[in-house]
Amino acid sequence: MKEWIPLFVVLPLAGAFIIPVAGSVWKSTGRVVTPLLMLFLTVFSLLFFSFKPQVMVYYVGGWEPIDGIPVGIHFVVDGLSVLMLAIINVIAFAASFYSLSYMHRFTGDRYFYTLFCLMVAGMNGVVITGDLFNLFVFLEIAVISSYALVAFGIEKAELEASFKYQVLGGVASLLILLGIAVIYWQTQTLNLADISVVLQEAGNHKTLVFVQMLFIAGFGLKAAMIPFHAWLPDAHPSAPAPISAMLSGVLIKAVGVYSIMRLFFNMFAISYEISMLIVIIGTVSMVGGVFLAIGQWDFKRLLAYHSISQMGYVVVGIGMGMVILSVNGDQRIATLAITGGLFHMVNHAIFKSLLFLNSGALEYRTGTRMLREMGGVADQMPITSASTLSASMAISGIPPFNGFFSKLLIIIAAVAGGFYLIAVLAVVVSFITLASFMKAHRYAFSGIPKFKGKNMLKEVPFTMGLSMVFLASMCLGLSLLVIPFLRDLVLAPAVDALMNMLHYSQHIHGYTL
Amino acid sequence: MILYILCFILFLVGLFGAITRRNVIKIVLGICIMEYSLNLLLILIGYMEDGVSPIVVKGGESNFVDPLPQAMVITVIVIGLATTAMLLAIAIRLYKKHGTFDIRQIKNLKG
Repeated sequence: MKEWIPLFVVLPLAGAFIIPVAGSVWKSTGRVVTPLLMLFLTVFSLLFFSFKPQVMVYYVGGWEPIDGIPVGIHFVVDGLSVLMLAIINVIAFAASFYSLSYMHRFTGDRYFYTLFCLMVAGMNGVVITGDLFNLFVFLEIAVISSYALVAFGIEKAELEASFKYQVLGGVASLLILLGIAVIYWQTQTLNLADISVVLQEAGNHKTLVFVQMLFIAGFGLKAAMIPFHAWLPDAHPSAPAPISAMLSGVLIKAVGVYSIMRLFFNMFAISYEISMLIVIIGTVSMVGGVFLAIGQWDFKRLLAYHSISQMGYVVVGIGMGMVILSVNGDQRIATLAITGGLFHMVNHAIFKSLLFLNSGALEYRTGTRMLREMGGVADQMPITSASTLSASMAISGIPPFNGFFSKLLIIIAAVAGGFYLIAVLAVVVSFITLASFMKAHRYAFSGIPKFKGKNMLKEVPFTMGLSMVFLASMCLGLSLLVIPFLRDLVLAPAVDALMNMLHYSQHIHGYTL
Repeated sequence: MILYILCFILFLVGLFGAITRRNVIKIVLGICIMEYSLNLLLILIGYMEDGVSPIVVKGGESNFVDPLPQAMVITVIVIGLATTAMLLAIAIRLYKKHGTFDIRQIKNLKG
């Protein structure tokens, strides 16, 4: 099976090449190829769940390690990578299927599909690579195509948002590169597993703290954690709706939070101070994001601020696990916290993408994003209304939906681990989230219909509706992941990959302490 | 050591430029300066006293400079090309829409 790992990068890259070339002959190439490609990758990534306990390593170009020293680039698929691959490709499939109808309004849609495939290739690459510099290259592929996609509308707002995103994203990339350069200087290697081994042998070094700070700033900028969040509320709403769904749903996770998790758990040895810093950043994002969100009247902007807040939950969950591990606390609580964080990441990918697709559907029919200019949409667009309702309940943590269970896990872990303030804040933030989505529903969906007679709204086209229904059913379906059997199948391998920090390098490097 | 510190200062100069300048083009230049300082740093990391270029010949010298940072720099240059091209393309579009490069007059969105 491991011979097939590169397909995750090769197929979307090939798609990105074929679409503009063949698109000049047959116009619908992009529209046909992209969803099929994403469907194939979705099925393919879900297949990997069946080989759960293994870590699979693929040597790119056949460069096998010489005397245990890795010389080429490794692609590594372990539990965490499989989980991320599944999220990325499922959301990419839903978003590409949705774009079939949605992108009719834009010209040049083959360039859209080209960039879309490139972005997916970059994200898949970030998730499966086992090489630090290769991670940077794939990260740049993903973010540069996202810069272009944010500016796809080429109006004033889009251009400005894209410029801001590029400047901050560029600074972040260079901070990451500086960190990589210093790591290479210290360890003379770029392989994650090898670096981890060298760092263990060398012991704690002062420059490591500097590198960790650089990585927190760099990947924190990519993940839009609160001191670094300024670009997100502009960039995410300005993109076309399926791209907003991809950016908020998976890009900030794949290039931001995933990289932080992979590097800090599997490469560096966790230290208490750094873990506390991550918890604090997460908490500030969680609380700050929601307070910035509640005053918004632009639906997509409101969703963008909620992304910051919900990613705060994820980072808090992961961070609490790190703190407990760093002080050798109770393993079970650490497992619970990390499970909660990862589970919330999966759930957030689903419901936030769905909400952005819903906002796109509203904009498609009403022509506006401002909540006050809508009204009484519920009767005229029942599918959009119902799926938005289920996503809103999921994000605010109403019981039968998936968001409830992941937040519950995080709160239980916070109480058990002695982080009482975080537990209280998580509950309060959840209530404020509920309030802000009740506001959205009150103004957009219920109330007096503003579109009557000739302006009467129709339901969105078939492909948009189907994507939304698919994701809405996943909002309900994923709550089944709390059942032990499914949890062991999906979440537990990912949690194990993080909990057994040294296992990663031992497996790849064959190194034993 | 002084060279490494100068590289880092160059990086900070670029960062300062990217953050404080008001002209779109100068911001782009700031980012370029940051990138070049990193290229320089990478090359310096691979440098060895009296090193020769890393081409293996039978019976030749073995005091090579480290080739890996050089490969990295080439990749970074290519990525930098893409980033700069993208930034300048957006800058040109911004100029066409607003008729100015001053970000104080372009600022409509507030994050």
